[in-house]
This record gives sequence, structure tokens and C-alpha cells, in this order.
Amino acid sequence: MNYLLDAFAWIADPAHQAGPNGIWARLGEHLGYSVVGVLLACLVAVPAGLWVGHTGRGRGLAVGLASAARALPTLGLVTLLGLLLGIGLVGPMIAFVALALPSILAGTYAGVEAADRVAVDGARAAGMTEWQVLTRVELPLGMPLLIGGIRSAFLQVVATATLAAYVGAGGLGRFLFLGLRTQDYPQMLAASLLVVGLALVADIAFGLLQRFATPAGLRTTR
Amino acid sequence: MRWIGDNLDVIGGHLVSHLLLAVPPIVASFLLALPVGWLAGRVRWLRAPLLSAAGLLYAIPSLPLFVVLPLVIGTGVRDATNIIVALTLYGLALMVPATADALRSVDPRVVDAADALGYGGVRRFLTVELPVAGPTLLAGLRVVAVSTISLVTVGAVLGVPSLGMLFTDGFQRNIMPSILAGIVLTIALALVVDALLVALGRLVLPWTRPAAAAVVAPTQAEVAP
Repeated sequence: MNYLLDAFAWIADPAHQAGPNGIWARLGEHLGYSVVGVLLACLVAVPAGLWVGHTGRGRGLAVGLASAARALPTLGLVTLLGLLLGIGLVGPMIAFVALALPSILAGTYAGVEAADRVAVDGARAAGMTEWQVLTRVELPLGMPLLIGGIRSAFLQVVATATLAAYVGAGGLGRFLFLGLRTQDYPQMLAASLLVVGLALVADIAFGLLQRFATPAGLRTTR
Repeated sequence: MRWIGDNLDVIGGHLVSHLLLAVPPIVASFLLALPVGWLAGRVRWLRAPLLSAAGLLYAIPSLPLFVVLPLVIGTGVRDATNIIVALTLYGLALMVPATADALRSVDPRVVDAADALGYGGVRRFLTVELPVAGPTLLAGLRVVAVSTISLVTVGAVLGVPSLGMLFTDGFQRNIMPSILAGIVLTIALALVVDALLVALGRLVLPWTRPAAAAVVAPTQAEVAP
């Protein structure tokens, strides 16, 4: 328990909070990596997922990609890109995007597919174009699952960003590896607690967002 | 490729360490999830807290969990026990909801029939509910196995030996073949264990085998006329 108090003391120390190597700067970096990585992945995965979900084409490929991603060791990808592209942010960022893609793709196509077929056929019968069916029926109905995909992707990137400090990226992982090298367990613990806190806050926030995004008509049935 | 040939013994050693770290959490999470999942399915007021706890646990990144665990279980930071306990917790986070769903989806009429035949609670659970829930449990276990095998590698940054050492060594000493071998072997190991689980499933759940159904159908047709 002493270590826990030491870790909290480490976090509370003003000398560790301010400046370009301080907790706030590293927390901002960590959050920034996660937001940028997930947004970049969304640019590709959401349109692709909408297409797969709406047309049903390429479904096998999307499912395969999602299960292959589970087997891919993230540390392997991070060190591979670190060695190929050198110290810096390009390698880790490619890893973040690559690891965020499968969950967002899976969440998007699953959401579109899960839209009640009766509602979709009804929309077609009412004269909606395919584009209207997608944007006014399938997308709103699938929104909770789409956000669920973004939620897992975000958590995946938060975890990977911690590892990326091993190959020279910033973020909260910096403190963890600095503590490891200098045998400073309270610092490692402090960094870990900060990452855990960030992940839990993000998870809860996305959970609330998912609830808000559920269309009113679906809420009563849950 | 030459590097791999020259270092086969090192790679083999890492492969063995990797399995020793990965197998206990896979087995433990399956066995522990049975009673916990059963409780989550049966005891109404326990259901929501257990499932939310599982969800939150799964949100915690692996490396920070490896670092925080020594505080709770009194191990050293570089102790392999941390990896095993942490991965068991992740396994539980996946298996408890899967087990609860699988057991709840057992047709109540089947359970009633077992009761009517005079089966006791334990016998009914082991010989009726568990086999019927088997295919869903197996699907959950396959996900646990593959993600556990992948997550074991993260322990290497703390100095716990596994195939992940091929990533850290390869990065530190600038040996690309080492990293590539690590990625390929980790994925291959996951695929092999997954295939073994599928084979085991066919062995203990023979009725899920599609081929068996095809064999049974014509015999019934032959009997009918």
C-alpha cells in the first residue's frame, strides 16, 4: 500500500505535472494520439463498413480482418514499424490506425446489418433511394453498434499508445518505461494508474454516448 | 532467414515460455467462468454488477494492469505470475458474459425434462445444461485463446520471457528477422491452438459436427420405409 501512496504522491507533485515532460503534456499527447488515430481510421473504416453492411459484399473479408487483428500482437506491429520508420510518431501512428480499423469496420457493418429488415424494406417501399435508406434508416438504427466499434478502437489505441513509448513515442507510457529503466516502481505505478484512469473514463463516456445514440423507438425494447 | 536458422534454440525456448504463460490463463478463465457465469445468469441482482465489472475490466490496457497487479497480489514487477493473473482476468471478462449467455440460452423445456427425469442440480448442470451450452462456450473460449496468446507478448517489455522477446530484442539490436519471426510465430501459435480447440469441440460435442448430421439423415430415411 505504501507504493500506492508513493504513486499518488508522484502524481500530485507539482514538479511532475507542469512542462513539456509533465503529466498534463503527456496525458494530452496520449489523448491526442488516440483521437487522431481513431479519426483517421474512421475516415476509411466507416465508409467501407457502410458499404459492406448495405450491399453485403466483402462481408467475409471484413469478418476475417476482424479475427486476424485479434491474433496480431500489437507489440510486434509497434516494434516492426519502429524499426522500419525510425524513432518518431509516423510508425506508431500507422500502428494506431491499423489496430483501430478492424473494430470500427466490424461495428459499422454489424450496425447496418442489424437494422430491422422490415424497416429497411418499408423505407424502400415508401420510395426512398438507396442513399436515403442508408443514411435515414440503416445508419441511425446501427448507430449504437457503430459507436461500440469506435469505443473498442479507442481503447485499443489507448493501450497501444502506452506500448508505443517503448519505440520513442510520447504519451503516458514514457513515465512507465522511464520508471522501469530507473527501477522506480512508484513512477511506473503512477503512469499505469493514469492510463487505467484514462481508459475507464473513455469507456464510460463512450458507454453514455452509445445510450444517447440509441433511437428513441429502440430504447423501450431494451 | 539466416538469423532464424542460427537462433532456433532461442526461438524454441521463447515458444515454450510463451505456451507456459498462455495455457494457464486460458484453462483457468474457462473453469472459473463456469460458476461465475452461472451465478450471473441465475441470480438476478448479481447479473448487472458482474457484467459491468467484466466490461470495465476488459477496458483496462494490459501493460498498466501488469504493473498494477503486484500491488494487489504482492509479486515483483517482473514476475510471470502477474502476466498469468492479468490474462486470467481478461479471459474472465470475456468468458463470464459468454457463459452467462450460453447457460441462459439453454431451452427451459430441456431443463424441465431433466428435472422431470429426477436429475439433481449438479448432475443436470454437468450432463444437460453444460453440453447444450457447449458450442457457445467453445466460441467464447476460442476468442479468449487467440487474444491471450497475442497479449502474452506484451510482458516482454517488462522482461518476462515469451515470443514477445523477439520483438524487444529485435528492436533493441536492429534485427528485423527477429521481429518478423515473432509476429509469424505468435499468429501461427494462435491458429494452432484455435484449431486444437475446434478439434476438441468436435470430440466432446460430436452432435455439432455437420458431417455427423449428414450421416444420420440417410440412415433415418432408410429406416422410415
